[in-house]
Amino acid sequence: MAFRSEEDKKAYWKENLSLLVKLLIIWFVVSFGAGILFADVLNNIQFFGFKLGFWFAQQGAIYVFVVLIFVYMARMNALDKKYGVDEE
Amino acid sequence: MDVQLLTFIIIGASFALYIGIAIWARAGSTNEFYVAGGGVPPVMNGMATAADWMSAASFISMAGLISFMGYDGAVYLMGWTGGYVLLALCLAPYLRKFGKFTVPDFIGDRYYSQTARTVAVFCAIFVCFTYVAGQMRGVGVVFSRFLEVDIVAGVIIGMAIVFFYTVLGGMKGITYTQVAQYCVLIFAYLVPAVFISIMITGHFLPQTGFGATLADGSGMYLLEKLDQLSLELGFNEYTSGTKSTIDVFFITFALMVGTAGLPHVIVRFFTVPKVRDARKSAGWALVFIAILYTTAPSLAAFARTNMIGTINGPDMTGTSYAEAPAWIKNWEKTGLITFEDKNGDGKMFYSGDDRNEMKVDRDIMVLANPEIANLPAWVIALVAAGGVAAALSTSAGLLLVISTSVSHDLLKRNFMPNITDKAELFYARLAAAIAIIIAGYFGINPPGFVAQVVAFAFGLAASSFFPAIIMGIFSKRMNNKGAIAGMICGIAFTAAYIIYFKFINPAANIPDNWLFGVSPEGIGTMGMIVNFVVAYLVFKATDEAPEDIQELVESIRYPKGSGEASAH
Repeated sequence: MAFRSEEDKKAYWKENLSLLVKLLIIWFVVSFGAGILFADVLNNIQFFGFKLGFWFAQQGAIYVFVVLIFVYMARMNALDKKYGVDEE
Repeated sequence: MDVQLLTFIIIGASFALYIGIAIWARAGSTNEFYVAGGGVPPVMNGMATAADWMSAASFISMAGLISFMGYDGAVYLMGWTGGYVLLALCLAPYLRKFGKFTVPDFIGDRYYSQTARTVAVFCAIFVCFTYVAGQMRGVGVVFSRFLEVDIVAGVIIGMAIVFFYTVLGGMKGITYTQVAQYCVLIFAYLVPAVFISIMITGHFLPQTGFGATLADGSGMYLLEKLDQLSLELGFNEYTSGTKSTIDVFFITFALMVGTAGLPHVIVRFFTVPKVRDARKSAGWALVFIAILYTTAPSLAAFARTNMIGTINGPDMTGTSYAEAPAWIKNWEKTGLITFEDKNGDGKMFYSGDDRNEMKVDRDIMVLANPEIANLPAWVIALVAAGGVAAALSTSAGLLLVISTSVSHDLLKRNFMPNITDKAELFYARLAAAIAIIIAGYFGINPPGFVAQVVAFAFGLAASSFFPAIIMGIFSKRMNNKGAIAGMICGIAFTAAYIIYFKFINPAANIPDNWLFGVSPEGIGTMGMIVNFVVAYLVFKATDEAPEDIQELVESIRYPKGSGEASAH
């Protein structure tokens, strides 16, 4: 087995899932929340030349998506090392 | 030099480059043909994925669509990028660790069932063919407009090029060609966008120009002006849409989940050397996609402002038809712009109410943009080459999935298990060749329903592959019966809804008749929920997956020990 113990295996998966859930909540909030469900409310706020809800829907959500993937990558690589299941 | 000669030179040079790469990157084994030997560096794979993903529709049609839809265009922008977050976090690393060649491979092995594998193969083939027909058509359209050759000739030239590098190089040839195609298409997209942004707002970056003040000295924001113009002309405000919130929600979700479930996208993550590379590669793919996807809405707003300004004139009373700029006359010849002088004043006028005298096809916005903005001829030629690159790169990726599905999933894993690697490679090439001919046929004789079947492809991927793969990774005990029942119910529900509203009774396709107000474009989301629910209920009533399968699932959950992608 790749893990040092059964507990390690469980803990690794649990940490992975908790990271996953946190990032997916952000994913949902910026796109479906700010860009769609609350777009009308946010549109009352001016952000440079944009209405804020419109900006999230056509620009902001996409930038956040990119950041989310790189954060996930960095955190997972660290997690793999911590539990000794990385590929090196 | 005139535009046509320049276009010949630029497209010709790009084709020479693609062919050169194909010869350099020939495939010698099935491993190289299916997954490029699993040795593609992650940043390069990201670039190839981006080119694979961004089709003729993204390049040619999307900005035009957004410029006519305003806020509602966000369904495409978020839908076609947000799926990569799901891919990177929930699918790509695990499927890479699993280490096989295709999506049906995973479904078949994880659910220990030839039936599941066969269902997956047919879904994959269907999804890819619906897509590829539109791509070949895109090549034909670009050729016929810019080079004034026949659409048929255009499609045949496109087929010949794709044939050459797909059949010869397989995934290896495709990947390196796609890297080149990405460079061509992104350059071609950004050059006119930057020029136009500088002209309209004085901003170098289209992304910031989008939210900047106009350079005409009025001090007004671009979007403020566009909202005001839209209202005056009887359209909806540009920054607020016409679709219901629930429909926007469901369509965006279906496109995201559909993206994450499309086989030609997933298979790209089998080509990198390691699990950590699969994560990295998904990130870079989205960076490269985001460059185009954040430019597109800016371009849409610029194009709309420009177009209204040119047609209605600075004082908003209309421009005299006799003095219309050359681009209007050029596109009138193709029938994509029409002018009917209703009030007989000799002036053109564009609006959303009964004053309107113009019909403008949304597909021309990107292609006509350089002309509208009076950019030099080489920019126009470049845009043509970019459109062709986008269509070719996507076609090649799709054709490869079709050929792999036939030679690997159907022949090797079903009918001819003892076939040698060399014979399998031969069948893969043969299948690719046949698929190209069929795709070309559809490009020349497009079925009238190409636009409608795109919704189908995403709905199908969302309601079949995505739930099956997610449950296969995140639930150790999910069994074959649950997964198969889920896939079949999800597909049946989605397909029935789309077929009813798009083909059987299109007259009834209005919000009042929709289930919970969800349009056929967004129904894949509901199909996905049906799939999950049915799978869970059937799973509860039957035995859980056997011990060895549960161990297999555990082993794909951590990266250590990932080898090259292999047949066994």
